[in-house]
Amino acid sequence: MIELAVGIFNGIGIGSVLLIAALGLAIVFGLMGVINLAHGELMMLGAYTTFVVQNFFRDLDAGDGIFGLYIFVALPAAFLISAMVGLILERGVIRFLYGRPLETLLATWGVSLILRQLVRSVNWLLAIAILLFCALFFGGMWVLRRRPNWEGIKGWAIAVLLPLSLGIAGLAGWAMTGVNTLAQPWFGPRNVDVSTPPWLRGGLEVGAYRLPYSRMFIIVLTLLCLLAVYWFFNRSDWGLRIRSVTQNRSMSACLGIPTETVDALTFALGSGLAGIAGCAITLLGSVGPNVGQNYIVDTFMVVVVGGVGNMFGAILAALAIGVSTYLLGSGALVGVFDDINALQFVAEFLRFFTSTSMARVMVFALIIAFLQVKPSGIFPQKGRTAEL
Amino acid sequence: MSSSPTHPPGTKSRRPKWWLEPAIVLGVAIALAVIMPLILPVFRLRLLGRFVALAIAALGIDLIWGYTGLLSLGHGIFFALGGYAFAMHLNLQLPEGQIPNFFSLYGVEELPWIWQPFYSLPVTLISIVLIPGLVAGLLGYLVFRNRIKGVYFSILTQAALLVFFNFFNGQQDLINGTNGLSTNRYEIFGVAAGAPQAQLAFFQTSLVMVGLVYLLCRWLTDGRFGRMLVAIRDDEIRARFAGYDPTGFKILVFAVSGAIAGISGALFTVQTGLITPSFMEVAFSIEMVIWVAVGGRASLIGAIIGTILVRTAQTFLSEWSPEAWLFFQGGLFLIVVTVLPNGLYGWFRDSAIPQVRSRLGLQPRLVSYPDIDLNPEVQQEQDELERLDR
Repeated sequence: MIELAVGIFNGIGIGSVLLIAALGLAIVFGLMGVINLAHGELMMLGAYTTFVVQNFFRDLDAGDGIFGLYIFVALPAAFLISAMVGLILERGVIRFLYGRPLETLLATWGVSLILRQLVRSVNWLLAIAILLFCALFFGGMWVLRRRPNWEGIKGWAIAVLLPLSLGIAGLAGWAMTGVNTLAQPWFGPRNVDVSTPPWLRGGLEVGAYRLPYSRMFIIVLTLLCLLAVYWFFNRSDWGLRIRSVTQNRSMSACLGIPTETVDALTFALGSGLAGIAGCAITLLGSVGPNVGQNYIVDTFMVVVVGGVGNMFGAILAALAIGVSTYLLGSGALVGVFDDINALQFVAEFLRFFTSTSMARVMVFALIIAFLQVKPSGIFPQKGRTAEL
Repeated sequence: MSSSPTHPPGTKSRRPKWWLEPAIVLGVAIALAVIMPLILPVFRLRLLGRFVALAIAALGIDLIWGYTGLLSLGHGIFFALGGYAFAMHLNLQLPEGQIPNFFSLYGVEELPWIWQPFYSLPVTLISIVLIPGLVAGLLGYLVFRNRIKGVYFSILTQAALLVFFNFFNGQQDLINGTNGLSTNRYEIFGVAAGAPQAQLAFFQTSLVMVGLVYLLCRWLTDGRFGRMLVAIRDDEIRARFAGYDPTGFKILVFAVSGAIAGISGALFTVQTGLITPSFMEVAFSIEMVIWVAVGGRASLIGAIIGTILVRTAQTFLSEWSPEAWLFFQGGLFLIVVTVLPNGLYGWFRDSAIPQVRSRLGLQPRLVSYPDIDLNPEVQQEQDELERLDR
């Protein structure tokens, strides 16, 4: 029995990581109907931010234990960086695609590819080239926008400025390829390790088992995030605006709510939550360019099972998926059924799914079976506006 | 071309003869199959053969995404199922009583029952089409029955893809897990599958198959069935209220599309010489969608052109620098979606060709929606009016 309890605890740990990640996704999807395939990469950015902050603190540390506190700086930093990238993504790409969910799906996949490759190959050279390009292109646009005949020359301006600034940035990058210190990649394609703060190592002994402190920290962090999100949506002005736009966009716009700002804000918030999730997963394993891909499909399943625009549904779904994946995969359930003679065949059946990958197969089958009963999730949207 | 309007005798039909297009398409395919080996070096020819095989899968995607508006991100499943079926058949081309080598690694003595049917070539050829089609139909039935649609469908197909990937990866002793099955050493019709003459034959088969599948898709999309698909894409609820059952159509078209992907997978596998679960990775299935998007949605020829163009660009760019290709691919997704929603074919059709025509001083062609002059009833009325005038 205690084995089962420990299994459930570990499952809740997995589920809570899924939950932080899915929370941002669910908020964005509930408000704008946008599926963001780059969500995993925003998590990855959060994880790399944690890595950078950790390195900074390691340099700072003079043996006085200040290193252990890096996580409290990394969390807000990850939130801010991911939120900023999310904001750029929304302003730069997604706002042109509202109302076309499938196209958004593809565009965000493109963004995720670019982000993954960027993390692999980013070095000072690339950073300088990108900054130069942005300065030239957007600076040029900013200057030209002042002209009275802007609308007339817009097409020509882009056609001239874009290749020109691309060319200059490319040439500048090429001219500096000889400098070795600049061409050194920051992270490289390999996984990097983030060391857990000393006070989070070890765990609580329960009989023969151990509950790691890091998982407890993640569970507490998830609870805090949930409380913060709940407070934001139900107690703050902007939360009220976001909720009203979620319910009826055109009516909200008529009543003077700036829906575009609400969209941008919501997207930034969802992305920021992804950053926090990224920070949390550094406690569980090493960080690589593909780390987001491991979570993305599970996160989507949480949103699908939970139902759109309902925090409580997301919580239940994340916990259910996390716990069932862990219990099936670790074989804890087999042990339970093994003791009962009449249920040997169940144990045999479950034994077939005793591995992480086969547990996923089983969980997917369960999800499909569940959707046969409740096609729009645990808590479906009600009323005439509900689409599904 | 399914419905032929009843023409009064003596009037000229405005519709081209039904056999014209099949003849042209097959003619082009066969001509290419003969000419290409003469002008391309062997290495490039094999690459082209693979691209052509992939274009078949793109046709299937065009059928369900372009025409029906269902974005499947799980076509890798059906692609790999077809590939595995053929690879299993080739792996069984051994002397009596032997089983493929890799089984001994996992201590399997007897051939698992799943392998048994693949001894015979006809069963294999049928199952290349049938197994992916049935899996797609079953998945479609479970999903569409509940009116799950839009992005939910896309996500569920993606999750299904992950499940199949995990399953094939995990079953070491059944299908050699992560390592997959190789085909090159085994014989088909007495020739090693990796030998030049077999590869040439596979290339030619691919070209003919792409022609045949193109015709199948053309036939499906031109008639009532195709109009129903477009109706589902444009307004499913209205189609339902008009008395049709979109669910059945969606299941059917998904199954057909899956079967097409199976053919593609089989041909691709024998030309690469290897099938592994990595064909069921998320990235590959989304890539298939971008081929269609680049070529042009809801235009069958666009899917073929898009596949070959993108894969060619990929080959040359990754030969130059693999990093550049990944950035380029990401950019391609962004650009096609935002700037070229109808793909290259759509851009030529809607923007480039009309502009050239107007530069040349030609009248722009009138476009009516929906294609009124192709509607048999309208045409019949017009023919009758003409007869009255005379």
